[in-house]
Amino acid sequence: MSATAVVEREPGGHPPEEPGRRQPPKVKGRRKPTLKVVGPPVALSAVIIGIWYFISYVLLQPSRRFLLPPPQSVVQVGFLTWSNLHDILTSLALTSKAAGLGFVVAIAIGFALAVIMSQAKWLERSVYPWAVVLQTVPILAIVPLIGFAFGFNFRSRVMVCVLIALFPIITNTLFGLQSVEDGQHDLFTLQGVGRWSRLWKLQFPAALPAIFTGLRISAGLSVIGAIVGDFFFMQGQPGLGQLINLYRDRLESDQLYAAVIVSSLLGIAAFLLVGAVSKRVIGPWYDSARTTGAS
Amino acid sequence: MAAMAVDQKTRDWADLETSGAVFTDVTKRFADGTVALDPVSFSVHPGELVAVVGPSGCGKSTLLRLASGLCAPSSGTINVGPGNVGYVFQDATLLPWRNVRRNVELLAELQGMDKPTCRAAASAAIETVGLTGFEGKYPRALSGGMKMRASLARALTMSPGLFLFDEPFGALDEITRERLNDELQKLFLDRRFAALFVTHSVAEAVFLSTRVLVMSGRPGRIVADVPIELPYPRSPSLRYEPAFASRAGQVGAALREGH
Repeated sequence: MSATAVVEREPGGHPPEEPGRRQPPKVKGRRKPTLKVVGPPVALSAVIIGIWYFISYVLLQPSRRFLLPPPQSVVQVGFLTWSNLHDILTSLALTSKAAGLGFVVAIAIGFALAVIMSQAKWLERSVYPWAVVLQTVPILAIVPLIGFAFGFNFRSRVMVCVLIALFPIITNTLFGLQSVEDGQHDLFTLQGVGRWSRLWKLQFPAALPAIFTGLRISAGLSVIGAIVGDFFFMQGQPGLGQLINLYRDRLESDQLYAAVIVSSLLGIAAFLLVGAVSKRVIGPWYDSARTTGAS
Repeated sequence: MAAMAVDQKTRDWADLETSGAVFTDVTKRFADGTVALDPVSFSVHPGELVAVVGPSGCGKSTLLRLASGLCAPSSGTINVGPGNVGYVFQDATLLPWRNVRRNVELLAELQGMDKPTCRAAASAAIETVGLTGFEGKYPRALSGGMKMRASLARALTMSPGLFLFDEPFGALDEITRERLNDELQKLFLDRRFAALFVTHSVAEAVFLSTRVLVMSGRPGRIVADVPIELPYPRSPSLRYEPAFASRAGQVGAALREGH
């Protein structure tokens, strides 16, 4: 146990707790100097941008510079030119909507399947292989089929996100529900509680850390699903994937890189959002939340 | 055999409608064929704190699981008096997502009691174990000793007539352990419940109990039943007195014999 986690107060009017455990001097948080925290990431980013410049200006001949246009050109054309930015933002909205909706549906289905499987071994043995099949079938092969079957519309885009995001949610939730300690199960058994009470008051809260691990993976996957799906859904309003495709065809590499950057920012945002929710929900009681959490 | 003699002596108790537990020729065989308990007979009544010592794997914990109904005997009968059974596990088994107060409230809550009742029961129990002021702390912020106190408080909320302790202080350091022994003794003298206390420590068994049952290695049998007629309240310094040493020696000898 970390020293700072030990309670600093003694119970009023009661004998002090175990003489063997001296209360440590109160350490205020674990804040490090700002420079130490911010310095290394900033330095690494500078190095990466430096390499980017190096490739653009030194390695690539001007005629081939379109392969990796320099950063300021990407910013200028992709982000500071309103017509391009407008296209990118419109696509971003659509892609976010598909990814978000797919993520939510995946959570609902994933929780339901995990709960069902947690109720009996034979259910797990029957359902789990299909979850694995779902994961192993190449998504690129499935996407066109979904399109043919359900139409190349928004609903199909969402469906692709669900398919790709579902597996980590199922497995992590199931793992979490099954990770309850025997002693805690005994405690509930002794009170004669029913299946649902046990699920809701014991298994589900115990599963939360694992659930958030799954959600963090799936949030990113859902964004990838939305963008990959776009490559096949060429009708209607374009999503980010479609836009990337379009810029590539037109060899508009500044816009292309801008769109790629926005795509990955969307993935990062999804990851951070889940991390923030996770920190809020399980942070107060779960020990490693502060080490694994995206801050 | 000592166990049989004691059983005869206490048979008449069994007819009394009291809390406590009476084991009669209880055996336990697990599904894999392991025999955990050979016929075991003994009883524990209100005002008795019966310690059970024995080598690892001798079925000490199985006794408690049987008494609580967590598992059923393969043969023989177990009579447990009316009233609640309190079970204090080897680990504190606190739920990490609940703070101390909510952990202590848990059993009453699972019994479907209303919020104010749960609160009141929890507050009283928290005060009894000396955790007042720590209600809002999550388990991860508690020391091992405080976790055990919270676990004890949780069991106390149900005012059990029969208390089952499964090596509750086994993982604690010596000083904390003696301190909690002391407080458990006070609690026992105050409430006079019936208690079965499983432990590895001969000193702990002799210090706390009215009787020590010594079990043999697997399959577990009771090889000795040593009454500890040292008067309560027992002061911590009792551990260093000859009367204590002779009882402990007796228990230790029985342990070695049954091994």
